[in-house]
Amino acid sequence: MIHYIYLSVVFPLLGFLINGLLGRKIKNEKLIGTIGSGSIFLAFIVILVSFFELLAMPADSRSVTVPFFTWMNTGELNVGFSYHVDQLSIVMSLIVTGIGFLIHVYSIGYMHGDRAFWKFFAYLNLFIFAMMNLVLADNFVLLFLGWEGVGLCSYLLIGYYYDRDFEKGTVADASKKAFITNRIGDFGFLVAMFLIFLTFDSLNFASVMPQIGKVGDVGIYELIAIFLFIGAIGKSAQIPLYVWLPDAMAGPTPVSALIHAATMVTAGVYLVARCAAIFALAATAMMTVAVIGLLTAFFAATIGIVQNDIKKVLAYSTVSQLGYMFLALGVGAFSAGIFHVMTHAFFKALLFLGAGSVIHGMHEKQDIRHYGGLQKYMPKTFLTFLIGAIAIAGIPPFSGFFSKDEILWDAYANGGLLFWIIGVITALMTAFYMFRLVNMTFLGKPRFDEHHTHPHESPSVMTVPLMVLAVLSVIGGLIGIPEVFSGEGGNVFKSWLAPVFADANLILGPHGAHSHFEEILLMVLSVAGAAGAIYLARHIYLNSPAIATNTAAKFKGIYNLLLNKYFVDEVYQKTIITPTVKLSEKFLWKQADNKLIDGTVNGVAKIITIIADHFRKFQTGVAQIYAVVMMVGIVITIFWIMSRL
Amino acid sequence: MDSTAINNFNSDLAVSLSAFWSYFPIVFLAGVILISIAIEMYSKSSKKILPWFTVTALLACAYYSLLTVTDTGVYFSGMFATGGLTNIFNFIFTFGGAIVVLLSVDYIKKSGIYYGEFYILLQSAVLGMMMIAGAKDMIMIFIGLEQMSITFYVMAGLNRKRASSNEAALKYFLLGAFATGFIVYGIGLMYGTAGTLNIDFVFSNIFAAEKNLPGIIGILLFLVGFSFKIGAVPFHMWVPDVYQGAPTSSTALMATGGKVAAFTALILAFRPVLGTETLAVITPVLAVFALLSMFYGSIVAIAQTDIKRMLAYSSIANAGYMLIGLAAGNDYGIEGVVYYLAAYSFMNLGAFGIVALIESADEKNLLISDYNGLGTKYPVLAALLSLFMFALSGIPPFAGFFGKYYIFIAAIESNLTWLAIAGVIASVISVYFYLRIVVLMYFGKGESQVTPEITNASLIGIVISALLVIVMGVFPGSVINLISNF
Repeated sequence: MIHYIYLSVVFPLLGFLINGLLGRKIKNEKLIGTIGSGSIFLAFIVILVSFFELLAMPADSRSVTVPFFTWMNTGELNVGFSYHVDQLSIVMSLIVTGIGFLIHVYSIGYMHGDRAFWKFFAYLNLFIFAMMNLVLADNFVLLFLGWEGVGLCSYLLIGYYYDRDFEKGTVADASKKAFITNRIGDFGFLVAMFLIFLTFDSLNFASVMPQIGKVGDVGIYELIAIFLFIGAIGKSAQIPLYVWLPDAMAGPTPVSALIHAATMVTAGVYLVARCAAIFALAATAMMTVAVIGLLTAFFAATIGIVQNDIKKVLAYSTVSQLGYMFLALGVGAFSAGIFHVMTHAFFKALLFLGAGSVIHGMHEKQDIRHYGGLQKYMPKTFLTFLIGAIAIAGIPPFSGFFSKDEILWDAYANGGLLFWIIGVITALMTAFYMFRLVNMTFLGKPRFDEHHTHPHESPSVMTVPLMVLAVLSVIGGLIGIPEVFSGEGGNVFKSWLAPVFADANLILGPHGAHSHFEEILLMVLSVAGAAGAIYLARHIYLNSPAIATNTAAKFKGIYNLLLNKYFVDEVYQKTIITPTVKLSEKFLWKQADNKLIDGTVNGVAKIITIIADHFRKFQTGVAQIYAVVMMVGIVITIFWIMSRL
Repeated sequence: MDSTAINNFNSDLAVSLSAFWSYFPIVFLAGVILISIAIEMYSKSSKKILPWFTVTALLACAYYSLLTVTDTGVYFSGMFATGGLTNIFNFIFTFGGAIVVLLSVDYIKKSGIYYGEFYILLQSAVLGMMMIAGAKDMIMIFIGLEQMSITFYVMAGLNRKRASSNEAALKYFLLGAFATGFIVYGIGLMYGTAGTLNIDFVFSNIFAAEKNLPGIIGILLFLVGFSFKIGAVPFHMWVPDVYQGAPTSSTALMATGGKVAAFTALILAFRPVLGTETLAVITPVLAVFALLSMFYGSIVAIAQTDIKRMLAYSSIANAGYMLIGLAAGNDYGIEGVVYYLAAYSFMNLGAFGIVALIESADEKNLLISDYNGLGTKYPVLAALLSLFMFALSGIPPFAGFFGKYYIFIAAIESNLTWLAIAGVIASVISVYFYLRIVVLMYFGKGESQVTPEITNASLIGIVISALLVIVMGVFPGSVINLISNF
């Protein structure tokens, strides 16, 4: 099956084509949903079988390139639809297709009765197609195709309710914001690709990777790494380009779960991990990655504490968790970063889908101040959401604990105490705001009018995916038990990915030596802190909400700062967007474009039209003249060539 | 002839006859022509049978050509080759011919040339093209060329009641005969200096000889003659008149198969001497013809009001792009030209197919302004025509983009960067007249006045062309790999 891995790309494409071209005529929601989910399920089966085949191979030969067809072939540039199956890409593929399938199934229930049900599934399938190209590509060009493809799908799906209002603008504004912000990152990625081609004369992983460290000097590696990271910043919503992700919540909730939590936003992490060896040679770039990741994790968490929209809290939480992943990559813990991608996909997809279930049950209301006591109305949603919250808070033995702890330990071991402290504070804030969410949504007394609003549990087509994800969130971490407990090589996930990062780790060298005691101490501290934060959240939001309001009133300045997200959007508006718009309007459009460019273009066009009108007169229609012209042409040609001999 | 020569001849003949299945399509098509004549003579419903008989036969040939593409060999005393590029060209001719039949079924009915002969002529023209593609000998090229050209003269004048059609036929015949005269004269000069008509030998040896003036003039005349056939400036003057005057379905075949066949002859001639310094003698001529054709075609197309004339100038410009590939004189160039020829054929077949559909019985609705507002009235037709226009202007992901891309790359590899730049500029100019149609269709004011009868056969032909244009644009590497194997 591994040699037919391209089927996992073809099936979603077929699903997209069927639903996209015929969906409007099919009309039957069940059939459309089955086609949409079924195509992803088939892709998942392909990946799963390939995974087991990979597992059966010896550890050092688990890397297979499957050519599908040649795309462009000119000179040194040889780009194909070729797929590279190794430990890293198979993990990403399993996440994309597995979680993708669950979210497709969930969407059948969530999108029920939508005006363009078929369109939604067509877009989702197209997204999976692009994402699979991204993670399986064996060259940068195909990866970029997937990269742009997921960006397009993200744009289409954020703007799915294009005629609705969203915050201060419309949903269409939010989708445009996502697209344009991503362009900045894409530009960085493109520059990185040019530099890679310039340095290695190739864009195929198979020929670039072995050359890393053998050609070029350190400077070029720093440059490539920085520009790759700019690409990753855009796609994975890191400072300073994270602003689009919270607004991406304008899309339907399954989209937030699939694209803006579990898969697409981790593409940047994947890209950096894929190019780990390049980053390993670029110390400054690595440090940048770590610092940006840490800062993003911290600041996004602070914003998350005060948000009142259930999806906004989760959105900032996602930004924050993505920051963790980059922190891991930046300190050289590549497999820990990917491990967190996986566990985060489990619990964040679960949380988003749970939020979707709540929103669905509460008739599209999203403000948690108007929730409360939903536990009795939606027991299944509550239980699964609680599991997700515990997982993200980092309570053992839930999955989030293992991945987060590994990152924190590596941050301490390779980065230093300061990294660890900020990381742990972020973790405590995460536990706090997640349980603020749980308490305000599901526990306590209802804060909505129970006579008019009748919350209901979602149908099982939605709750079953929640349960599956809940199980994964509980046990998913067990494949990555720290070596301090499981012994040398006991971290199955790390050993599995080790060959992929072997080159990078060789360049980086071994960690500084630390005792087991230190590791266990730090672990206990962070878990105790998280438990304390959970208790604090319960105490404040369940027993004495006055504390929250009092604190908010006391620190009004800070509260407003956080509530308004540090006014980053406003600052961007004032410093970048408004001046750009003004410059474009006043100068680039009215002067440069209208007068200079249009003038030149129209002038040239006018001249050419005049020339054309003159030339057409040669065409008299008289055959004799045609023959004469031919004759003249022949004579000139012959004499010209003879004179050159 | 002494006895060894006779023995050699006999053994070669035996080999050639035993390789029957390699050159089967050409024999098959000749048989199909004879059968078609019989059907036309004896069957009353021949007009209904012949189109489908022709389509089936041509598709069978197309399929067989692809199937035996690796089956390379030279037969009949070095006269005729099979396999490789020959088969790829044969595929373009036969498949393109089949599409032309689909486009013609209803067209010839409405435009008053509802004769069964149309299909027989079409088969003969395709047979002529296939003979050129397989030629290893000047005489074979000449025979194939004449077979094709003479049928074209008839096809151009098929609508004998109409003055424009007669004028087109006469002009095409007079000027075509003029050009053929140069080709024959060129062949004569080459024979005089080389003592043989074998293409590979003639071309590699005439270039090798220092200051072999008669031979080089022979080659130049040969080149000039075929430049006429491909419609390159300054031998292009017939193109607009003939393309416009001839029945649209005949034009479709001339503009695609006819042009590809003429290019085939040039490719066959120059391929043996690729990369040699001696080819450099000819390269400037090709480059200048290319430059003139691209700019003249693109610029004058802007001033046209008739869509068939516009497409005629577009085909002049396209001949220019393809000449760049030949001027580059490397393998990339040849691959690019072959790719472009296929892409060009299907783009033009689709475009002419739609023109034939829109055209009314009395030869009206051929003005560009008649396409005004087509987008709202006939969305499918407008979308398809837009696709072909985008493809012709070289916008990805359609085949036209990669055609130009490969050719320009080849030019750059041969240090003809200036020519590639000129090609890009000419492409930019050409975007104007291609997209003008798209703009008219979708943004034009007022309602569409045309009322075409959209028939299934035409629509199938157009859609197949569109699919090929898309497939070739999405999988360019696979196509190029197939070509570069030979």
